Amino acid sequence: MAAGVAAWLPFARAAAIGWMPVANLPMPVAPAEKSKRREELIILNVSGRRFQTWRNTLDRYPDTLLGSSEKEFFYNEETKEYFFDRDPDLFRSVLNFYRTGKLHYPRYECIASYDEELAFFGIQPEIIGDCCYEEYKDRKRENAERLMDDQEDNKDNKPPNMTCRETMWRAFENPHTSTMALVFYYVTGFFIAISVITNVVETVPCGLVPNQKEVPCGVRYTVAFFCMDTACVMIFTVEYLMRLFAAPSRYRFMRSVMSIIDVVAILPYYIGLVMTDNEDVSGAFVTLRVFRVFRIFKFSRHSQGLRILGYTLKSCASELGFLLFSLTMAIIIFATVMFYAEKGSTSSKFTSIPASFWYTIVTMTTLGYGDMVPKTIAGKIFGSICSLSGVLVIALPVPVIVSNFSRIYHQNQRADKRRAQKMQKARLARIRISREGTSSAFLHSKRNGLFNEVLELTEDQRLSKSTSLLESQHHHLLHCLEKTTNHEFVDEQYYQQSYLEAGMQNYPSQSPSLSSREGVTGTCCTRRSKKHHTPLQNASGPAHMQPLTHTHQQGLQELSTIHISTSRSSLNMRVDEPGALNCQSSQITTAIISIPTPPVTTPDGDAHLPVGPTYQNVVKVSAL
Amino acid sequence: MGLDGMEVIAIVVVVGLFYVVLKQFGIWEPLSLEESNDGDLELSMVRHQPEGLDQLQVQTKFTRKELQSLYRGFKNECPSGLVDEETFKTIYSQFFPQGDATTYAHFLFNAFDMDRSGSIRFEDFVIGLSVLLRGSVTEKLRWAFNLYDINKDGYVTKEEMLAIMTSIYDMMGRYTLPSVRDDSPFDHVEKFFQKMDRNRDGVVTIDEFIETCQKDESIMASMQLFENVI
Repeated sequence: MAAGVAAWLPFARAAAIGWMPVANLPMPVAPAEKSKRREELIILNVSGRRFQTWRNTLDRYPDTLLGSSEKEFFYNEETKEYFFDRDPDLFRSVLNFYRTGKLHYPRYECIASYDEELAFFGIQPEIIGDCCYEEYKDRKRENAERLMDDQEDNKDNKPPNMTCRETMWRAFENPHTSTMALVFYYVTGFFIAISVITNVVETVPCGLVPNQKEVPCGVRYTVAFFCMDTACVMIFTVEYLMRLFAAPSRYRFMRSVMSIIDVVAILPYYIGLVMTDNEDVSGAFVTLRVFRVFRIFKFSRHSQGLRILGYTLKSCASELGFLLFSLTMAIIIFATVMFYAEKGSTSSKFTSIPASFWYTIVTMTTLGYGDMVPKTIAGKIFGSICSLSGVLVIALPVPVIVSNFSRIYHQNQRADKRRAQKMQKARLARIRISREGTSSAFLHSKRNGLFNEVLELTEDQRLSKSTSLLESQHHHLLHCLEKTTNHEFVDEQYYQQSYLEAGMQNYPSQSPSLSSREGVTGTCCTRRSKKHHTPLQNASGPAHMQPLTHTHQQGLQELSTIHISTSRSSLNMRVDEPGALNCQSSQITTAIISIPTPPVTTPDGDAHLPVGPTYQNVVKVSAL
Repeated sequence: MGLDGMEVIAIVVVVGLFYVVLKQFGIWEPLSLEESNDGDLELSMVRHQPEGLDQLQVQTKFTRKELQSLYRGFKNECPSGLVDEETFKTIYSQFFPQGDATTYAHFLFNAFDMDRSGSIRFEDFVIGLSVLLRGSVTEKLRWAFNLYDINKDGYVTKEEMLAIMTSIYDMMGRYTLPSVRDDSPFDHVEKFFQKMDRNRDGVVTIDEFIETCQKDESIMASMQLFENVI
């Protein structure tokens, strides 16, 4: 129910008295009125800006945050107001919705933040009023496209273990993924060019044959051209078959535009092979050669601009249709008029209305060949009107097409810019640094903390070492997590180091071999890990584990690695099993690094497989 | 004379083009330039201010606070201070989404618009509500009778009642259980007249109406139903 009419509900109920005398049945009991009608002001404090409204205003929409009892969670007893820690500017729109029943979208706001506010206050964005709805939808669509582009970039990372077929398909679609693909790409491009040039040169008159007639090169050097043609067609055929083989959905591939172009490009050759004996159809065969020119469209795989052009034309189909329709109308009108105007003049070329079509088209497009000109005065007048109107009719739909093209082209440019590695890398680097700030602080304090444990500092001293209460609480939390999973956090360098080392030592194979190095201390853990190992194997990729050895004597640590099972689901699966923690056995999850604990402070002798899902490593997992 | 005909047409076209061009230059002022925008000057919004709060307190049985609250709701929906019939129908229809409430709203509008001015002012609104919510049972019955009496002649005929009944059934819409038959309103009217029309003269007068209703327990009880709406 709209807001305003909620105020009229009492009226509607009162008016129901009109039904009472005619009613046959007794009326139901009225719903009990809650204590008293609260006609009171309530204060909403949004980040310091106070808004006041009647309580009834907010009650109009009981399924939103402000209209329901959910707002009681935000009630501040001391100041007797409802405090929301949100953006006060956006709150204006929200409150106006309650007041007027219409939700408006302020144009200068970011669409994402607006959506968040609406989601927070429990308001459906669909009820945005007609005045602002289009703008909202447009902005939302733009944003979604932008996000989609970003996500597509991230998906460029190669998932491991693709079948041969998938690899091939990927190579075809993205030539820059591997060298072979790039070579293939250039080779096909080269052959397309050769083929097109051959077709063109074939028709050039090329020297004289003894009987003084100029013949085109194709006739003179038949064999050479035939060989060239054969070579190109073979390459194209092979390429087509390979694409067909690699396509994930062969049926869809065969229906796609590019494959149809491929087929049309190579078919004339095969038909020509079949048909050379038959003299009657050789005329048709010559016509078929025209289709060879379609090979040039194969370039669209190599040129993004061409693809954009094609896409633009497709998306402007309605404008083009309109252009065509209006031109047709104008042509018919003017052709008729010209015909009748020129009917009287002698030796007029305007022999019929269809004959006048040619004149009209040539004039309207301002070509003006001059093979047909009007001679009478009326004809000249109408002819000039025709050429003036031609300019107008053609000029109208063109800006629409141009703006479409421009929009799509700019979108693509934006996507390319973002795809440029530098930007992405820089951004990721910045994010990583800020994250590392937190975790390195934690690691730093942890090292200090471990020191403290050994040295058995008191609580206060330990606290004094940490920088702030908030930080120490945060660190405590991370510490708890470590204890829970019996893994520990380390920083990136050590992880990379250990990964490289382990990589060199053990070739990561699919076999779940537990190669131990220099003795395994803590057999219980390794046994447990062995048990857990097989299910993990089924869950995701190869998990390869090396138990850690802790030797007190050596100052250094063997670094254990567990190769990453990249699926996040396994990470969640594993971390959620806190069950067997008694003997500090590890649940093998994903990125596991050992901590470079200083030798002095190794706590106890048990093999403590210290691994932990680190923040950075979570990031790295996806990168791998 | 086809050829000369074409020439004539050509000359006419040329003259027409000249006219268009001259008009652009402003050399030839057409006569229609003056009268373009006068129509817009009349006020699109007629504004009405209600009588003072004190007067309304005298005329109705509402407290000051209640009047304030009522006015705020009223003004929110109708900023100009007047409700015309279309707006009234729209508002009322929103309470009955399944059916068609426009006919009944029309009758209701006429019941509220006592001076037949074509629009309801706040005073009419609040006076009507006062009767409905704070009036005595007799006053309410009188109001209901006024609603049924479409031509306000003091008698409720079968046709008037049928119109009212049909409009009430219209509000139910099509998806009801059991479905509304075409003669349901008619049957209902028959029953009503059997009950109300004492002297069987085919019309119901106000006295018959009030007398019958006062004898009927359920009607009396239902009249008290909406005491606490405000």
